[in-house]
Amino acid sequence: MPNSSLNNNPINMLHQLKRYFRASSRLLNTIEVFIDGNSIQVPPTFTIMQACHKAGVNVPHFCFHDRMAISGNCRMCLVEVERIMKPIASCAYPVSPGMRVKTQSEMVYNARGGVMEFLLANHPLDCPICDQGGECDLQDQSVVYGYKQGRFLEYKRAVEDKDYGPLVTTIMTRCIHCTRCIKFSEEIAGMPVLGTTGRGRETEVGTYIGRLMTSELSGNLVDLCPVGALTNGPYAFTARPWELRIINSFDVLDPMTPAIVVNTRGPEVMRVLPRIHDEINEEWIHDRSRHAFDGLKQQRINACLVKTQDGFKEIDWEQAINMAAEKLNQVSGDEVVGVIGEHMDLEAIVAFRDFMYRLGCENIEARRHGIQVSADFRANYLMNSKITGVDESDLVLVVGTNLRTQHPVLNARIRRCVTQNDLKVAVIGPSESLGYDYKHIGNSAKTLKEILDGTHPFAKKLEKAKLPMLILDSSLLKREDGEAIMALVQELGNKYKLVNPEANWNGISILNSSVGNIGALELGITSKHIPGFKPKIVYLLGADNFRPEEIPEDAFVIYQGTHGDEGAYRANLILPGAAYTEKSGTYVNIDGRVVMGRLATSPPGQGRSDWEILRALSEVMGHTLPYDDLQEIRYRIAELAPHLVKYDYVEPYNQTEWITKAKKGDVVESVFADQVDNFYMIDAISRASPVMAKCSAAFNHLKNSNFVPEFPNR
Amino acid sequence: MLYRVIRRTLSATLSTHRQTAYNNQDTPFDFTEANYKEVDSILAKYPPQYKRSAMINLLYLAQKQCNGWVPLAAMNKISKILEVSEMDVYEVASFFTMFNREPVGKYHLQVCGTTPCMVRGAREIIKTIENECHILKNQTSKDGLFTLTEVECLGACVNAPMIQVNGEEVYEDLTPETMKNLLDMWKAGKEPNVGPQNGRKNSEGPMGRTCLKCEPQAAQFRDFAKVKEDYANKKAEEAKKAEAKKAEEAKKAQEKK
Ligand code: SF4
Ligand code: FES
Ligand code: FES
Repeated sequence: MPNSSLNNNPINMLHQLKRYFRASSRLLNTIEVFIDGNSIQVPPTFTIMQACHKAGVNVPHFCFHDRMAISGNCRMCLVEVERIMKPIASCAYPVSPGMRVKTQSEMVYNARGGVMEFLLANHPLDCPICDQGGECDLQDQSVVYGYKQGRFLEYKRAVEDKDYGPLVTTIMTRCIHCTRCIKFSEEIAGMPVLGTTGRGRETEVGTYIGRLMTSELSGNLVDLCPVGALTNGPYAFTARPWELRIINSFDVLDPMTPAIVVNTRGPEVMRVLPRIHDEINEEWIHDRSRHAFDGLKQQRINACLVKTQDGFKEIDWEQAINMAAEKLNQVSGDEVVGVIGEHMDLEAIVAFRDFMYRLGCENIEARRHGIQVSADFRANYLMNSKITGVDESDLVLVVGTNLRTQHPVLNARIRRCVTQNDLKVAVIGPSESLGYDYKHIGNSAKTLKEILDGTHPFAKKLEKAKLPMLILDSSLLKREDGEAIMALVQELGNKYKLVNPEANWNGISILNSSVGNIGALELGITSKHIPGFKPKIVYLLGADNFRPEEIPEDAFVIYQGTHGDEGAYRANLILPGAAYTEKSGTYVNIDGRVVMGRLATSPPGQGRSDWEILRALSEVMGHTLPYDDLQEIRYRIAELAPHLVKYDYVEPYNQTEWITKAKKGDVVESVFADQVDNFYMIDAISRASPVMAKCSAAFNHLKNSNFVPEFPNR
Repeated sequence: MLYRVIRRTLSATLSTHRQTAYNNQDTPFDFTEANYKEVDSILAKYPPQYKRSAMINLLYLAQKQCNGWVPLAAMNKISKILEVSEMDVYEVASFFTMFNREPVGKYHLQVCGTTPCMVRGAREIIKTIENECHILKNQTSKDGLFTLTEVECLGACVNAPMIQVNGEEVYEDLTPETMKNLLDMWKAGKEPNVGPQNGRKNSEGPMGRTCLKCEPQAAQFRDFAKVKEDYANKKAEEAKKAEAKKAEEAKKAQEKK
């Protein structure tokens, strides 16, 4: 379902138009073709199928997919073209001027019926026990084109199931050889491990040698497969599509905030699927976004808890709030420290900020160890080129990050541009396989300096590039020499055309690691990092990824969050919050795009939306926050930062000028290390997720071992 | 009926790899020195950006080197040489039935089972081999001598029924008796004569040679040198004419002025 809200927004439309003109003018010449007698103007590069879709005529298809190469092997899309004797595979046939296409003629029905009969010859009729039932292309299309009876009296073939890992279950007898999964693994994921082996009746789709599908994007195979050959492993046999409620939301486990659909049945989240959003995730989400939600059912904090001598004791809200208020009242504001967690929504952050300021505390920390550069201007911490900038760029320099494990969806976009737009990629930092050819030009800031001097051979390439991009991981800015690195990068930007006001281009893109982080920066929360400062009370707002030594032994720790993870472990008082599927919240992604996550289920037990808890606490303490409902708190956000209430929109900011210059300094030439050692377990939610645990056992063992694993020999 | 079902299941060659002690990623494989030269000469036939076109030839070379089958390690090696993904080589190797992905016996008997051969008794030939060697289709005999497979038409239908051995020699005009004879000779370590087994010469009819008895005359060739010359002459003439015309026009134009 295309995101229609995107096109309705006039400002967005303007932005799209801009890109449209920059991309190509040849799209503007059109030719006339006739689809079922209706004339329509289409660009000459269109295929018949695209023309049909433009004319609003649906053409059934299995192998064709918008975002992948045309393979033309299922033949379901046959149409009749006047003056051509045979039916034509519309997905692979270009339009020509004056072409007359018939999609409803008898010939078409017969042809498609024949194709369908052949497909069904070997397809098992196990729809009642198939997970795809109800959302299966083959099922739907056989309703229209299937004959009431098959003429195939031979034995049906059976195919051995393959092992692709814990996320994708295979029932290969159902495969209709559309090759979508093969094209996906090759073109999108960049891991050509799938293929068709054998011939004729013995054709199989698989890896031949029985290896796992170790891509971070492997979950998408399930969405692609038009039949039930590849199905969602963890979701197997749990629900039928018609029982599910559809909630369009955004994912926060990935700082890109891909658009997702949350499917719920009753109070339970059943699965998460990607939604099409061309400016963020196209059509893909990575496996953590898709499968980590089952961590929301494990290790949950569902009641207020207080630490006593013999473990945690359950108390009710009133007691808990009173206790927190009492503790906070006992100390002065500057003895309190607040830490904002990585999945926090803007509402919670605003409430937290207001609450803390009212207490007189200015020590709020959102970034694990603090970015060392000024956060006053968005250009300092956002992806200035935007995610879509990758499509326009012709040279990308990736600094200090392994894109495949840290931003797999962005990596897929880059891969697409590498193959389609001839984008060139160079990497400074970890040199893992990314799924495309790139040049590894260095390991540390030394290379950056050399490029700046012009002594590095890469400098020449950077000079020649028209719209170059530099992708910098925010973890580098958290190092001690973060500011110096930023200064180096800014200098690079000015020397080369990384920052180019004429083209309205700023290619310096900082990849932030979490939405909570960006949200806090957007609201102007910067930490005052005072070395040696020992707070008496630490308020952890869903913060789990901190270093335990940062919290003094004797401090009273209040943890407001969802999971029994690091934070709760250290806490003295625990207040149950709500996770991202359990509250309406807005988030800002690495682009600076404000997205709205929607409430899909309610929090378990006594859990409450995070801002509500803070509101209640403030009232008890006598500093009542002036908002009572979501609407009012959003007014408050608008008051602080008006651009944060324009949803699904990136407020343009002056990105081509560094208003604040980072201070130059000595750069330590230590190696840029890989930030993610286990892609499947990064935050509290994914650490609690059994599915992610299975994945990490199945896949990381492959990654970490030097010897070839035993292949399952079934 | 049940027999048919069983036969059917057994007859399928696997489309997936089975990890075994003798065939896995780690089994050593490399082309021999001599074969590397061959590899180079094969690659020289294709433009460098279309290296992958050499895939079938290389697979065949590997099969020859490994006594009639292509181990997995050989496929991996070929993928390295051709700079394609391993899967691409697996796809090709498993698609073509002439590549054996499991070891075969010393004599790989490929019996043609397509219509003309079938009409002339290919089924009996298969049965003879099955009975004599105690194997079914796609199996190798215990002594490691014979592997039986059924293949499609090998282009020797005039001499049906026929078998091909190790992808090279053909034995034609078979009957169950001559087939048995052949097998016995192989078992005894002898090499029978290739070609028709019923005394027929090549594919002559029952009356022997009846036509084309004289020495074949040299084929009529066009004299390309002359054709070329003619063409060049014609071109030159045309060019002359065109020049003359131009000159005339120029003259006219001047006169006008
Ligand atoms: S497994 Fe599914 S996606 Fe892959 S070829 Fe078969 S039907 Fe197509
Ligand atoms: S969609 Fe056209 S052939 Fe498959
Ligand atoms: S049919 Fe057997 S060789 Fe042609």
